Amino acid sequence: MATLADAPAAGTDDAFREEVRAFLAENFAPELKGNNNALSAVEGPSTETPAQKKWREAMGERGWGTPTWPKEYGGGGLSRAQAKILNEEMMKAGAWNPIGGMGVMMFGPTLLEYGSEAQKHEHIPPICRGEVRWCQGYSEPNAGSDLANLQAFAEDKGDHYLVNGQKTWTSGGQWADKCFCLVRTDRSDKHKGISFLLIDMDAPGVEVRPIQMISGVSPFCETFFTDVKVPKENLVGEEGQGWTIGKRLLQHERTNISGGGSMARMMGPSVSDIARAYGETDADGRIADPVLRDKIADYEIRWNTFLLTARRAAEESKASGGVSEISSVLKKLGTKLGQERAELTIEIMGLQGLGWEGEGFTEKELEGVRGWLFGKAFTIYGGSTEIQNNIIAKRVLGMLDHQ
Amino acid sequence: MAVLNEEQEMLRDMARDWATNESPVSAFRKMRDSKPDERYLADTWSAMAAMGWAGIVIPETYGGSDFGWMSAGLVVEELGKTLAASPLTMTTLAASAIVLGGSDEQKAKWLPALAAGEKVATLAIDEGPHHAPDKIAASVSGGKLTGTKAFVHEAHGTDLFVVAATDGLYLVEKGDGVSLSGRALTDQRSHANVTFDGAAADKLASGGDDLLDQILDRARILTACEMLGMAQQVFDVTLDYLKQRVQFNQVLATFQALQHRMADLFADLAQMRSAVEAGLEALDSGHGIGRAAAIAKATANDVLHTVSREGIQLHGGIGMTDEYDIGFYLKRARVLEASWGSSSQMRDRFATLSGF
Repeated sequence: MATLADAPAAGTDDAFREEVRAFLAENFAPELKGNNNALSAVEGPSTETPAQKKWREAMGERGWGTPTWPKEYGGGGLSRAQAKILNEEMMKAGAWNPIGGMGVMMFGPTLLEYGSEAQKHEHIPPICRGEVRWCQGYSEPNAGSDLANLQAFAEDKGDHYLVNGQKTWTSGGQWADKCFCLVRTDRSDKHKGISFLLIDMDAPGVEVRPIQMISGVSPFCETFFTDVKVPKENLVGEEGQGWTIGKRLLQHERTNISGGGSMARMMGPSVSDIARAYGETDADGRIADPVLRDKIADYEIRWNTFLLTARRAAEESKASGGVSEISSVLKKLGTKLGQERAELTIEIMGLQGLGWEGEGFTEKELEGVRGWLFGKAFTIYGGSTEIQNNIIAKRVLGMLDHQ
Repeated sequence: MAVLNEEQEMLRDMARDWATNESPVSAFRKMRDSKPDERYLADTWSAMAAMGWAGIVIPETYGGSDFGWMSAGLVVEELGKTLAASPLTMTTLAASAIVLGGSDEQKAKWLPALAAGEKVATLAIDEGPHHAPDKIAASVSGGKLTGTKAFVHEAHGTDLFVVAATDGLYLVEKGDGVSLSGRALTDQRSHANVTFDGAAADKLASGGDDLLDQILDRARILTACEMLGMAQQVFDVTLDYLKQRVQFNQVLATFQALQHRMADLFADLAQMRSAVEAGLEALDSGHGIGRAAAIAKATANDVLHTVSREGIQLHGGIGMTDEYDIGFYLKRARVLEASWGSSSQMRDRFATLSGF
């Protein structure tokens, strides 16, 4: 990706490390430690404290929330080595990245690759400053795994499109400022009739209805477009290029889902620690139930191995300059392990691990239950496990199309 | 595949070319059918020795190349793909026991000969059908070893045994007081129960209290390398078969039920390679070897188990025939799964080393 260019290092690595330390000492107030409030699309509206706001603005001004993005669009312009130093120093200081959400994880990298100069200058800097919340207008009631079946239509009206249709599973739609959207501009060709359009969520004709989920919360919405006027300059790439651009964005999404993202936030203590806290241990501090201990060891071995596989995929991609073929298995493996972890945790905790609300449960316990339920989405969104299997079989293993 | 240096890449390519051209599965068949006394073909072993493979983990001062465990693992993996029958793995492990625990005199006596492939060595640890390093009864008194070791790998062709006794590891040469009783297992490689009846034993005294654990961790990781090669080969051969076999007027590879099973195996295999390579990296760096070995062997056991079963099933009836190679992998797989630690033993060890 040429647009994510490695900028020449400003001075030595040591000098940069000093610069980062000085910046953190000046801008990251100690009371912010563990007090994370990244601008995330799925976790509710931003309720920033003044200290959090100051921290976001300081990071945004430097572009360090998006450290390797080009400086000309508001990114940090750092080399990979410098970004690593920044990350290391932030971890040491207990500092978190206040710039996040779908704009950073999915839309930004895609726009940097496919957007026009004007679009990049308009949309990337606010993402880098953490000022704008993006949502994803992909799925429709009849276009889930068969995403290319989408029907929301953008009619050409000369200087603008008139958009009509319905999107669903719009994560954080009720809090989003803007939506990157796949719409149909041509009904005669399933894939080549799709275009990639940017829509203001406060434009007249946009209506958002939250969907209550099995977890009890409503992180996803239905989004309705009724005669929504969208200026032509909000088309990314060419008309009909939407499927290509949209798939590229999904690669970023999958990397984030499997490589941590929403799942890593749920991690917290290890399963073995939970087992020792909630179950019996023997005189040596071992988990007393040998069957449970075996199960936990099996899980932790596979989780450790998954982390090794993710690291290997990154190293191989870097060494070859392309995408490693094992990247295709990360989403499927990581999401399954994330779900298994939640199930195993509940098994360890017994009924104490199934609290829905109210007294008798700690905040962490209740969060864990909601997380277990929310986590059922891991293997469905971002391309279900079954779709991942199709991709692996066809693209990596060269097995023929079954249709 | 780990990102390799030039030397490692050369070694791997050399091993791959040699295994493909000089030691294909037909060479294993030939060995099986002709049943040489050593249970490997003499020219197979001499070719390996000539390429320096027996000395990969032996220091240069003792005639080895000291290329390290990643290099050794790459070679063993490639040989696993074609089921090349040789004492390379066992000799490498026995040599590493001498490197870790031997005196200067013991090293000088054995390592150059092992590095050159002039002598063959093996490990004799377990005393029953299960891996049980905490249940060793063989004992040494006055420099004489007494006891019986079960299912010793490569026992037929070996010159030297590294034997676990109650108070440590000993070197015992084949000869007086050592008798073999062959045990033909499904893999049709060399296995034997070995009885030591007052055999002269020379202690490996320098390795510390956990020398046996260190050797077993190496055995687990290097065995996992062979298993990785086998699993990869079963997967590749099966995928090729699915792309050729036609039923219901279409090649099997077009059936989604089979595509998803292959996608699952592909993911399993990715995990297996990560675990095995991390084991080799741990050996070369010297950090976290115990846990890495447990992860490598447990993962190798589980994945090869699944892949070897699926390989037969996806071949259908033809996979049941001796004419097809696929069955050989199944029959070797179970022997290696049971050697140096079953999955449940590895999980127990992982849990213990992790503090739960």
